[in-house]
Amino acid sequence: MNERVKEKLEILADAAKYDVSCSSSGSKRKNTKDGLGNATGMGICHSYTEDGRCVSLLKVLLTNHCIFDCAYCVSRKSNDVKRAAFTVQEVVDLTINFYRRNYIEGLFLSSGIFKNSDYTMERLVRIAKVLRTEHKFNGYIHLKAIPGASDELIHEAGLYADRLSVNLEIPSEMSLKKVAPEKNYADVYQPMNYLKGAIVGHREEKKRIRSTPSFAPAGQSTQLVIGATPENDLHILNLADSLYAEQSLRRVYYSGYIPISEDQRLPALRQPPLIRENRLYQADWLLRFYGFKVDEIVDQQYPDLDLEVDPKMAYALRHPQLFPIDVNQAPYEVILRIPGVGVKSARKIVAARRHGQLRYEHLKKMGIVLKRARYFLKCADKNFSHLGLYPEAIRKEITQPKRAKTISNQLSLFGTN
Amino acid sequence: MTFTYDGTFEGLLSVIFETYRLETTATAIVPAEEWQGSLFETPLLVATKEEWAERVKVGIKKKGGKKSLRLLEHCFLSEFPEVGKLIHDFVRKLMASPINISDNFGDDTVLKLHQIKKKIGREVHRMHAFVRFQRTQDDIYYAIIEPDFNVLPLLPDHFEKRYPAQHWLIYDGRRRYGIYYDQQQTEFVSFADDHALQYRQLPANMMAEQEVEYQVLWKSYFDSVNIKERKNPKLHLQHVPRRYWKYLSEKREQF
Repeated sequence: MNERVKEKLEILADAAKYDVSCSSSGSKRKNTKDGLGNATGMGICHSYTEDGRCVSLLKVLLTNHCIFDCAYCVSRKSNDVKRAAFTVQEVVDLTINFYRRNYIEGLFLSSGIFKNSDYTMERLVRIAKVLRTEHKFNGYIHLKAIPGASDELIHEAGLYADRLSVNLEIPSEMSLKKVAPEKNYADVYQPMNYLKGAIVGHREEKKRIRSTPSFAPAGQSTQLVIGATPENDLHILNLADSLYAEQSLRRVYYSGYIPISEDQRLPALRQPPLIRENRLYQADWLLRFYGFKVDEIVDQQYPDLDLEVDPKMAYALRHPQLFPIDVNQAPYEVILRIPGVGVKSARKIVAARRHGQLRYEHLKKMGIVLKRARYFLKCADKNFSHLGLYPEAIRKEITQPKRAKTISNQLSLFGTN
Repeated sequence: MTFTYDGTFEGLLSVIFETYRLETTATAIVPAEEWQGSLFETPLLVATKEEWAERVKVGIKKKGGKKSLRLLEHCFLSEFPEVGKLIHDFVRKLMASPINISDNFGDDTVLKLHQIKKKIGREVHRMHAFVRFQRTQDDIYYAIIEPDFNVLPLLPDHFEKRYPAQHWLIYDGRRRYGIYYDQQQTEFVSFADDHALQYRQLPANMMAEQEVEYQVLWKSYFDSVNIKERKNPKLHLQHVPRRYWKYLSEKREQF
């Protein structure tokens, strides 16, 4: 190791950081007696950057040399940045030595396209292979599946990696064509569909023959860049929903576009759309863990997520007739719909009410966010319906600080109803 | 009545057994060495008896399942002054109830214990995340920690599975004992002189040749993945509270 490796690491980590996937969970790779590492169950964030994002994997590009010229990408051909490339051995050494010191959960390896897709993919696969076979490394490996690479190489990648990902990046093909002339959806969907088939196939076979090697046990994911092109949230969430349903993706990541380029093809943003990004993640959670359908979150009338309140609150404010919900009676799925009640709280409520009626103080102690929840629930000793389910009044109470609250109370004294 | 014991989990269970034997209940249960003398009462010191402790354990498992016993074992490691009494109250309520009460979150004792367990779990998870090993010249991977709670006994399983083929030592600098794994098994260890172990950074003559290089590489990696446009110090501190920074080589200014 020397100064040169340090410089490469700085360049190639910097170029990889806009890929927001950081997950190291969801795999099932056990360690061997003489091996190094494991990837079972939940992921671990070993550190956090100053922007509050999890650092779980050594996330680097193999190289930032690239033959493509995608406007949204910092490594595009026409951009004037320092270029570098790791050797196979350098990536392996960094991974092993960081892992042994408990800095990371594993490796996230991506790359610019040099020469062609197969040439690039072949090198990514080789690094994973050396780690798995020569170093008995059983930590987490996330590889990029390079669009346009052959099925054979993608297949081999699946045998060594825990997770593979192909990024759609731009949420519609029309916009993609504008900002990335060399790319098209067909090239991206091709490895994605191949992986879907192979993952299911291996899983089926493993049920019958236990010694079947695992194939991308943590599944595949993708990333959508938000705010660089004009697609609305309805479009984006429908796309995500179809990726979950049809490509069986484990995760869709949303990355608020950071104005890294002065490229004419992209809008000049002053700040990355961080709140919108956050709301999209919340909506994504509602789809995956709360039993919501896309059209319950956004529709033709409200095609964009409400930036002021979270999507569940927005849903409740649009459907006041469904509330209040009685926490002592309602089934679990309905309790999940109360704003401010998460999966854990809902489970606690259902478990605890078997022992007796739940009162307001119980809910408070269980950690339910009553600031938001109280307008929408009934418990044994309190019913907040006297507050009235006036969506606009509730919205005001929630979004505006204390001072504004007294004003709205005074107003209601002389209210028109 | 106030009881004292030797500060071990088995000691606490012996006290609980004794309260049943004496047909009384405890108002406070504290480790003998933490007892602050009082004018008005003399606490009863209960000697630890393995047999009594075992019988209480069996009782807890019978009524509340293995999970309840684990809940109490984990909570005990919090070292909170009131935890002895809470565990006592839990056992009493569990024994008196016809059904398992361990998920009755409407009950104060049960809820408090679950909250403590959550704190312990969070601290264990932080140790999984924030332990930073330094490689020594004799090829032992060494880390110092000072956890808020006494969570060292909960750590071996995770690190054994992850690093079965390397020697490692995790040392609790505050409680002054460690866990040492020699590629066969993990043992609790303590040292008469732990002076050298107390340094955040091992002395140069103890460190393996490339150790500092990797620390520097890790820090430069950490600095490079930051996205300045997204800076969010509040969120950063929420994830990595300042008291943990001392473990983290990436937060260090110089090496």
